[in-house]
Amino acid sequence: MSSPLKVRIRTVLKNAGSLQNGVDALPDDADLHAAGLTSHATVSLMLALEEMFDIEFPDRLLGRLTFSSIDAIARALIEIGVQDEAA
Amino acid sequence: MSPWLAAARAVGAEIAARHADDVDLRARFPAEAVTGLRDRQLLGLLVPSTEGGAGAGIADVVSICHELGRYCASTAMVYAMHQIQVACIVRHAGHNPWQRAFLRRLADGQLLLASATSEAGAAGDVRSSICALDEKRGRFTLVKQAPVISYGEESDAILVTARRTAQSPPSDQVIVVVPRSGVELQPQETWNTLGMRGTCSRGYRLTAEGEMSQVIPVPYADVSAQTMLPVSHLVWGALWLGIATDALGRARAFVRAEAKKRPGETPLGAARLAVAVNELQTMKSNLLACLRLYEAAIGSVDGPSAISLAVAMNNLKLGSSQSVVKIVGEAMLICGLAGYRNDSPFSLGRHLRDAHSAAVMVSNDRISANNATLALALRDDLEPLA
Repeated sequence: MSSPLKVRIRTVLKNAGSLQNGVDALPDDADLHAAGLTSHATVSLMLALEEMFDIEFPDRLLGRLTFSSIDAIARALIEIGVQDEAA
Repeated sequence: MSPWLAAARAVGAEIAARHADDVDLRARFPAEAVTGLRDRQLLGLLVPSTEGGAGAGIADVVSICHELGRYCASTAMVYAMHQIQVACIVRHAGHNPWQRAFLRRLADGQLLLASATSEAGAAGDVRSSICALDEKRGRFTLVKQAPVISYGEESDAILVTARRTAQSPPSDQVIVVVPRSGVELQPQETWNTLGMRGTCSRGYRLTAEGEMSQVIPVPYADVSAQTMLPVSHLVWGALWLGIATDALGRARAFVRAEAKKRPGETPLGAARLAVAVNELQTMKSNLLACLRLYEAAIGSVDGPSAISLAVAMNNLKLGSSQSVVKIVGEAMLICGLAGYRNDSPFSLGRHLRDAHSAAVMVSNDRISANNATLALALRDDLEPLA
């Protein structure tokens, strides 16, 4: 069962990730790059996450690792102060 | 000067320079110069000493590319493209035994590596593949329509990109090292271009097979961002600087000869020469600054993927590729008819034609478009200046 934070991440990913086969079937730990997240789409995803959570990713979190899975995105968001209600 | 650079200078001045016009005229591989580089152990320079190589760094390769670029741009480009492939294996082979053994073979035999990253139908986007590895029982087969493989027929191994599996999306790529014994090349396109004629970048239908351990054990996205892209732009920037340096050297010799003919008068071309020297200085400074940036970045874990580094390296490519055309053009105006002629010591036709490849062979427009996307994510630079 996904946490509320991960549900919100999925919503963003659905709109901004441009993933060929959608997001619903992907587990939280699935490799998003292997699922077709391009470097161009990573930037769109980053901007959409910043908009959704009203945050700004610091430079050190702008690597591919940060956006490599729903889990990884959640970890990065929590690291920069986003609250996960279920936690 | 390092012994490697001295050896490269000797190959450039004594071998590459002598054959450069013939290589250009006949659009043939610069075999003599590449043999010279091989004989002096300069092909395996980046291989770590644990694998029997010289354990040199990118800075050494950058300075060799600059040196060779002064004498024969095609030789310099072949050397640059080879070292880009070597750098990718050295940095990303990890503990994979096949890759480590291949590095030893590379150092022992001074193997020449080529690359098949572009693909027909992918519209010039090397970060997107159509072909895919077909894996069965630990072995793969692969068929790729490659619009350009530079010096493919003269190489000892080719690094090929492909989708990880037949089910993978176009962006989920791997890069695989295939010795020539595992490659079949069916020629499809010839290479008759304006410049860089010695790279022999012909088109092929490539068929490859091998073991799965030949796949570099890191996604191509990481290999590309951390090594292939920054190293390409550094070594290309260096060889283009070499072309510009030699062109301006000819212009300087011309202006000095004019000055000696009429003592006390400043020749007409001197003012233009001064402006071009300024442009060359900017080009060189940019290259050296980006080299330092890259060297600092490879020390950190996620560093080489950083957006600011990618933007800086793209800017190096965009800037250098434009500067080299501008500087050679200025040199031609300074030398006048003597530079425009094909049979004078000041001839600049080959330099000019080679220089124009810089913006075309990897499209500046595509790099600008990538930078436009990255600009959306780029942060303010808060680093202190010194």
